[in-house]
Amino acid sequence: MESTELVVNGKSHKLEADSRVTLLDALRNHLGLTGTKKGCDHGQCGACTVIVENRRINSCLTLACMHDGDEITTIEGIGQPDNLSALQSAFVEHDGFQCGYCTPGQICSATAMIEEAKAGWPSFVSEDLESPKNLGNEEISERMSGNLCRCAAYPNIVNAIRQAAGEQS
Amino acid sequence: MKPFDYARATDRTDATAQAANNATFIAGGTNLLDLMKLEVMTPYRLVDINRLDLSEISATDDGGLRIGALVTNSDCAADKRIRSDYPVLSRAILAGASGQLRNKATTGGNLCQRTRCYYFYDTAMPCNKREPGSGCQALEGFNRIHAILGASEACIATYPGDMAVAMTALDAQIEIENSAGDIRHVPIQEFHLLPDDHPEKDNILGAGDLITAVILPPPVDAKQIYQKVRDRASYAFALCSIAAIIKMVDGKIEKAALAFGGLAHKPWRDEAVEDLLIGQSPSSQLFGQAADQLLAEAKGYGSNDFKIPLTRRVLISVLKEATQTGADA
Repeated sequence: MESTELVVNGKSHKLEADSRVTLLDALRNHLGLTGTKKGCDHGQCGACTVIVENRRINSCLTLACMHDGDEITTIEGIGQPDNLSALQSAFVEHDGFQCGYCTPGQICSATAMIEEAKAGWPSFVSEDLESPKNLGNEEISERMSGNLCRCAAYPNIVNAIRQAAGEQS
Repeated sequence: MKPFDYARATDRTDATAQAANNATFIAGGTNLLDLMKLEVMTPYRLVDINRLDLSEISATDDGGLRIGALVTNSDCAADKRIRSDYPVLSRAILAGASGQLRNKATTGGNLCQRTRCYYFYDTAMPCNKREPGSGCQALEGFNRIHAILGASEACIATYPGDMAVAMTALDAQIEIENSAGDIRHVPIQEFHLLPDDHPEKDNILGAGDLITAVILPPPVDAKQIYQKVRDRASYAFALCSIAAIIKMVDGKIEKAALAFGGLAHKPWRDEAVEDLLIGQSPSSQLFGQAADQLLAEAKGYGSNDFKIPLTRRVLISVLKEATQTGADA
């Protein structure tokens, strides 16, 4: 058993768990934060995306015990039904989902991705590595390629992200 | 996942001592944990090296860069010096994986990632890399993603990464510390191994060896290109990729460094191809000869036969772009 402190959405949690427990399973099964979803459990679908130390990662591909003291933001820390983030409101407005299973991962991923773009990070489709352009459709699609949507709501997801990125820049 | 002990390394000496005693390093873990869930890899003890002081990119005395082994792929690709002076490396990293994975994947870990051969991943199947001596199902099975250069009858798996392909064209050196505290530097071309009779060994690392950095030589003023061909537009491994660094002077090719991904058990480099190009004026005939030279020994295994003409066309296209001779050259 490993003793780990996780600071989730600003609140400290002490976790006693087997070394094999992933961050995803710790959040869902040990802390009861079931907003983060398990899709493929192999880092291919992005449903489990959370923000750790300001970076979006796949919570299924990291062990909880590797994150002692780390600050973690899950979908529960981004917004609540009566207090949605700008990005969440944009997903509602643009109908950026059907079944909704990938949505927490899409929201966590896009929230951090918008910050990456603001920091000037280029992407595979950026023509100029040294001064990448604003977030257009092609840039958003490339930067979000780690989040699959089984219902293929992609066009609406892209529209929602583009609107939220514009609002915040 | 099989049970394992977990320990966080306190410093490099502690890390290499534990690894010398058969423990396995974990950094980003994005490939290792995937393989552990499938029980393709079953370490008895993990040594977490994430809090070692290896996360800096710093200038070297001769004008190059030292990339710490724990620098994430994201930070490496976004580093201003790498973007301006080694764009082929930024491009190669950004061509691989997803934003989430690049945020965890590290420079040292990326070098050590395992093949994506379907049979290596399927523990119900024989695989000489996973279980030495058990056989290779890929030889006569599904081998669309497999090697056309440097393979053996024991293994036709490919090294899957992009970052190391660019580093190979850049003549990078790998800095390795062993459990005695000795540090050595290995040219990246000598780091990964061909499968021969021992495909279970991907690279030259021995027990207790820790990659501490990748060192890039001073930048060269040359055209740098990373071209990757894959089955999807994003988030897919290379069927064929080329890192090209080409310098033109007075209409002739003065310098040519070419490294290839998706074709072999290691990032592939063939000096005979570069020698054939250097000193020559670019032409379609010359580029065709370069492709002939590269692919002289190429061998397909059925489903991957297409990689031979594909690689030929991608190489010619990259050389035209790099020498700015366009489609009509």
